[in-house]
Amino acid sequence: MVEFTINGKKVEAEKDEAILDVAMREGFDIPTLCYHDTLGSDGRCRLCVVEVRKGNRKRIVTSCLYPVENGIEVLTESPDVLLVRKTVLELLLARCPDSEVIRYIAKEHGVSNTRYAKDNDKGKCILCNLCVKTCEFNVGVTALGMSGKGPAKKVTTPYGEPSRVCIGCGACVAICPTGHIYMEDRDGVRMIWNKRFELARCPKCNRYHAPVEQLEFIAGKSGTPIEELLICPDCK
Amino acid sequence: MIASIEQLDGMAAEYKQKTGAYSKIVKICCGTGCISSGALRVYEKLNEAIAAERLTDKVLVKKTGCHGLCERGPIIVFGDDEILYQTVGKRNLDDDIRLLLKTVKDGTVVENLLYKGEDKTKRHVSPRDIPFYAGQTRVVLALNGVLDPEDIGEYISFGGYRAVHKALQMDPVQIIEWIQKSGLRGRGGGGFLTGTKWRSCRDASGEPRYVIANGDEGDPGAFMDRSLMEGNPHAVIEGMIIGGYAIGSNHGFIYVRDEYPLAVHRLSIAIEKAKEQGLLGANIFNSGFGFDIKIYRGGGAFVCGESTALMSSIEGKTGEPRAKYIHTVEKGLWDKPSNLNNVETWACVPHIINRGWEWFDSIGTPQSKGTKVFSLVGKVKNTGLVEVPMGITLNEIIFKLGGGIQGDKRFKAVQTGGPSGGCIPGEYLDMPVDFDSLTKLGSMMGSGGMIVMDERDCMVDVARYFLKFLVDESCGKCTPCREGVRRMFEIVDNICKGNGLKGDVEHLEELARAIQLGSLCALGQSAPNPVLSTIKYFRDEYNIHIEQKRCPAGVCKALTTFTIDPEKCTGCMRCAPECPVACISGEKKKVHTIDRSKCIKCGTCYDVCRFGAVKYE
Ligand SMILES: Cc1cc2nc3c(=O)[nH]c(=O)nc-3n(C[C@H](O)[C@H](O)[C@H](O)COP(=O)(O)O)c2cc1C
Ligand code: SF4
Ligand code: SF4
Ligand code: SF4
Ligand code: SF4
Ligand code: FES
Ligand code: FES
Repeated sequence: MVEFTINGKKVEAEKDEAILDVAMREGFDIPTLCYHDTLGSDGRCRLCVVEVRKGNRKRIVTSCLYPVENGIEVLTESPDVLLVRKTVLELLLARCPDSEVIRYIAKEHGVSNTRYAKDNDKGKCILCNLCVKTCEFNVGVTALGMSGKGPAKKVTTPYGEPSRVCIGCGACVAICPTGHIYMEDRDGVRMIWNKRFELARCPKCNRYHAPVEQLEFIAGKSGTPIEELLICPDCK
Repeated sequence: MIASIEQLDGMAAEYKQKTGAYSKIVKICCGTGCISSGALRVYEKLNEAIAAERLTDKVLVKKTGCHGLCERGPIIVFGDDEILYQTVGKRNLDDDIRLLLKTVKDGTVVENLLYKGEDKTKRHVSPRDIPFYAGQTRVVLALNGVLDPEDIGEYISFGGYRAVHKALQMDPVQIIEWIQKSGLRGRGGGGFLTGTKWRSCRDASGEPRYVIANGDEGDPGAFMDRSLMEGNPHAVIEGMIIGGYAIGSNHGFIYVRDEYPLAVHRLSIAIEKAKEQGLLGANIFNSGFGFDIKIYRGGGAFVCGESTALMSSIEGKTGEPRAKYIHTVEKGLWDKPSNLNNVETWACVPHIINRGWEWFDSIGTPQSKGTKVFSLVGKVKNTGLVEVPMGITLNEIIFKLGGGIQGDKRFKAVQTGGPSGGCIPGEYLDMPVDFDSLTKLGSMMGSGGMIVMDERDCMVDVARYFLKFLVDESCGKCTPCREGVRRMFEIVDNICKGNGLKGDVEHLEELARAIQLGSLCALGQSAPNPVLSTIKYFRDEYNIHIEQKRCPAGVCKALTTFTIDPEKCTGCMRCAPECPVACISGEKKKVHTIDRSKCIKCGTCYDVCRFGAVKYE
């Protein structure tokens, strides 16, 4: 058991827990963008920063990664924390001017404008890496990755071509915090990451519900017969 | 196979005897710099000429590593520092070979090939007389330029691998104590105490452990680590074996950037030869301790020099840093305890074991011990690698070893610490060079880059240059660095273009602080340094750019115009032919004029005019 304080309040935690988990449990509000409760975090967005004081020393850390320690004082609203948080939001506003999510969070934290020239080539992507991770670890296919470095870094399928392994499941769309990923179902066809997917029709209600490739993938993995998978969740 | 100290000494004696049999030894530098200026041709031709004279038995011509004088290469040294020749074969290869042969035969010193001092008239025969060398204390680089890096016997004849033998007789904990007491701090940038790091790694739980040498050397223009790996690879290997034994690791990696093929080549040969002799592999010196080393060739991204990114890269993953809340000495490569040190740090280790920690501790300042290799470049007269004791002043390095500022212009600043270091102005030239004083000045030791700047360097433009580098080299993983550094660049770039606004400097300071606090790794955390240190010492220069739309150094093109003062111009005709766009007109002995519509503001005319007639504003 580890004991420390958050904004002066005494809290207890398990060893190896991250500050963020404890703070959320205790009702403190720390904004996050790249953290996910099952996929964890790589510390990319830096929105969740807090100040950790240990004796005379203080430092800014990402609460989603920093393991709790006995006797530390955590501050979630110190001047340095606010400086970093607001700067991150102002920078993201300039990167993704069309993102409603970023605009909303920024406004909540008192940032309604950005002093920087707005980008028009980055879409709404804040490079949280969650789509890449869900595709790899939850779906199990690794259709996505990050390419390039610095400001040119982006999420993409290999060489930007339609991925051979993508099954069109849309898990990446669901997890994306900003709605950057384009997916459209129309006339029995799904378009995602520049790839066309034939949608399967439910034999009972005749509705399109999932890409054939996805169902085949699940059938192959789970051994469930494809006929069974063709029936949509509503009719099961 | 060498399995005992007697056998090691035997091999050393054998080599000494072998080289002693030659009446002359000619050492041709075959480092990257000298090779690119033609050293291999000189080597071949000289060997041919010597064979033609039937002197092959008497004269030993050998290839050595870098002397740190690459700009004046190819460099040739005769005997034990008796004569140093520079730029051999640059004018006419056949002529120079003939001249070399004269020196070989009767020791005639060829004036034309001697090293010319900073005043261009005084020629020095022995490297010992050259101020650039004489002021140095060579420990790590002592054998660079002396031995043939591809010949393990040579290294052994200079006492090589004795430190491994000695260390293997010691208790591992005692070795760590020695390293600790020697005061050795990491040469790769952070200046972390090496002994402390080794102990943490030894004490961490998990098997196997790894020791790694960082030879990524991403700083633009730096080449000290390359010279060391190329010129004396066994020193790095020897240090790693000792470290492995002390830490309890049997596996080493050397991470070298792919752009260093010669370093990779020489290290590979060295590893192979050490294995052949039983100095790497199982049961070294019959001690029961075994150690192997693999070379990993890195893609060359600057960020891959950062410890966690380097380890990711060895694991075959993207070279991105990760948060170090759990240190790499506990969970590093493949989540196992891993000890990373810079190659120069490793090369210090055998010396400490051989000569004792007290010896190392006696060099330097209270908090920074030993020597440090710097790459001295920019507007100094003598450029190259210098190894000096910690605590030497900037003044001594720049004015004594470096010979002062080119063209005797006014010194303005020295940039230390690589791209994310800082600029130090003239009033601190008497500061001792060590880890802590450089940090205190808002700069850092970094890996030892030192760029000297004069009155014609614009500090805003300098900040802009380094920012650009860092924008491109940011890995892009975290928001403050990826997004923030490019915004700092935009602001500084605008100032240079004459579009600076009041408040820009304060804005830069605020953004810089957020990036320092918020970035994930040390690249982002230190990326604002070039801006902050130039603002700290040259705030006026920023303000003049912003408020008066002027560049006092005449560098920022949008803010500079060059004119010729009719009062001062003598019509000497020096500037006109030098102008790259031929926009200076005028006749002999008549006042010249610049066509402003064509001028590209390169400043050449200003630099060549001997009457101070060219002005900029
Ligand atoms: C962006 C970045 C680049 C770095 N590049 C190098 C490098 O090229 N060589 C090096 O030895 N250390 C480099 N470092 C420092 C390493 O992370 C690490 O501290 C060092 O290799 C440890 O060895 P030392 O204790 O012997 O200095 C770099 C650090 C950062 C943040
Ligand atoms: S839709 Fe394709 S890229 Fe997205 S998670 Fe599914 S398989 Fe991966
Ligand atoms: S597309 Fe969405 S989920 Fe993927 S990295 Fe960008 S913001 Fe994150
Ligand atoms: S600070 Fe820069 S280099 Fe380091 S992880 Fe963040 S983006 Fe990458
Ligand atoms: S500054 Fe350069 S381009 Fe302009 S006049 Fe002088 S030499 Fe020519
Ligand atoms: S949520 Fe912690 S860095 Fe993004
Ligand atoms: S390569 Fe010859 S002196 Fe550097």
